[in-house]
Amino acid sequence: MSKKHLMDFRVAEVDSFGNGYSLLKLSPIGEEMPLIMGGQFVNIQVNKSKNTFLRRPISVNFVDYEQQLLWLLVKDAGEGTHALCQAEVGETLNLLLPLGRGFSVPAQKADSILLIGGGVGTAPMLYWGKILKDNGYNPRFLLGGRKESDLLELDEFRQIGEVFVSTEDGSAGEQGFVTVHSVMQSKIDKMYCCGPAPMMKAIAKIAAQKECECEVSLENKMACGLGACLCCVEDSKEGNVCVCTSGPVFNTKELKWEI
Amino acid sequence: MGNLKVNIGGGLVLDNPVMTASGTFGYGEEFADIIDLNRLGAIIVKGTTLNHREGNPYPRMAETPSGMLNAVGLQNKGVDYFVEHIYPRIKDYQCKIIVNVSGASIDDYVGVCEKLMPLERVDGIEVNISCPNVKQGGMAFGTTCEGAASVTKAVRKAYSNPMIVKLSPNVTDIASIAKAVEAEGADAVSLTNTFLGMAIDVEKQAPILSTITGGLSGPCIRPIAVRMVWQVAKAVQIPVIGLGGIMNGRDALEFMLAGATAVEVGTANFINPAVTVEIVDYINDYCQRHGIDDINTIIGKI
Repeated sequence: MSKKHLMDFRVAEVDSFGNGYSLLKLSPIGEEMPLIMGGQFVNIQVNKSKNTFLRRPISVNFVDYEQQLLWLLVKDAGEGTHALCQAEVGETLNLLLPLGRGFSVPAQKADSILLIGGGVGTAPMLYWGKILKDNGYNPRFLLGGRKESDLLELDEFRQIGEVFVSTEDGSAGEQGFVTVHSVMQSKIDKMYCCGPAPMMKAIAKIAAQKECECEVSLENKMACGLGACLCCVEDSKEGNVCVCTSGPVFNTKELKWEI
Repeated sequence: MGNLKVNIGGGLVLDNPVMTASGTFGYGEEFADIIDLNRLGAIIVKGTTLNHREGNPYPRMAETPSGMLNAVGLQNKGVDYFVEHIYPRIKDYQCKIIVNVSGASIDDYVGVCEKLMPLERVDGIEVNISCPNVKQGGMAFGTTCEGAASVTKAVRKAYSNPMIVKLSPNVTDIASIAKAVEAEGADAVSLTNTFLGMAIDVEKQAPILSTITGGLSGPCIRPIAVRMVWQVAKAVQIPVIGLGGIMNGRDALEFMLAGATAVEVGTANFINPAVTVEIVDYINDYCQRHGIDDINTIIGKI
């Protein structure tokens, strides 16, 4: 488990996608960027939102060690994340990081790997895909959204591996949920998935049918992010476990999902 | 630097008055990357029961204005697991270690205490008669003088080291409960535990918590907790430990002025995991600014 840090970051860049998503690029103040594993997250204190009491857990979208930039893709899903999306360049944000257990590498480099993201759940797949590629794997991505404008960072994904797309309204890629995309018919040895719970459960079901390993990244509501408050629990085969420390990434075999 | 040592009863002396509230700080290890645990007055570890408890189903938490509701339901692996696996990992902390004890029956409380009694580095216990999130025991004991007295009496017989009794605020007259546990031999009382609350998702027209109701904590409860500490401190002779929404050093001192010998910091650990040591620093600085040689001189000044 990597050492956790409580650190201030400066907002270096804010890219607003205009559809309720913002990409924040943060640089550490006075310290080096800590080592972050793919699938880990940060717990971030929200400024300028008087009704937001708790920190907000946000997936790490990408880490640029050279430029010392931490990328966080934030979806405006309520008052707290709305305030984060409105962050201004130069503003200081306090982060607790890196948190949780991330993704694990596939058994073999020859394995056919598919990284599946739905909506803001695509966020951790960029960094994890980059790590896989840097380690000699050949990741492919399946990204889904309601409509074309929900599909973010496609250029960045394409630099790492082949990208398949599906939208519910058919405005980009194949029409329908990611679960019915034709790439799902291909040979897959390992799937990684992050998105809405029904999507992850449907993917877990397909993985079980294909007898393929599947890791999912859960988004249970949490407070501390450190395994102390026991609020974010998921019912697993070992009983209630904290998503913030035992997860957020789980092998679906560890969970008690009906699949 | 002024003296920050405080005696919280039964001969238990802390290096400073800042403790962590049970259930908000795990076993301390969770925060060891962020702060130096040895700078704390004491760590009060997660509520421990006789047997393993899975706790309540998710969702267990709702964010509320200036606070949060929780309904964890005392999830823990039981006292035997604590003794065998957790105690060996934490026994070398230099700060004091206090174990929070819960039960569904008086026999449960006694059973846990008997297993903790031989542990040299457990400096004391905090008897939780105030958990609002369990169906049996917990708060049921803490809402009547008779119930509170009966648990205190039984635990006192089984446990001779320092014993704090943690009181529920969900009562009409908290001072009378404090007097009842004092009469049965409690060395100190801590207050308040969480306030029973509820939150509803109006879009789904359903309760947010799986248990419908939960315990409210955070700065939204602080003025009520300060008032209760002030009332109890006037009613009992034993030390009073104050908690409820302490977010910083100023808040901690507010409780001490109201009559608390020491404080527990809870929900604030979720917002700022370094808050406890920042509070110790603030109290030091406060003593300097006010020319205070001994922090004990401000206790109950109001």
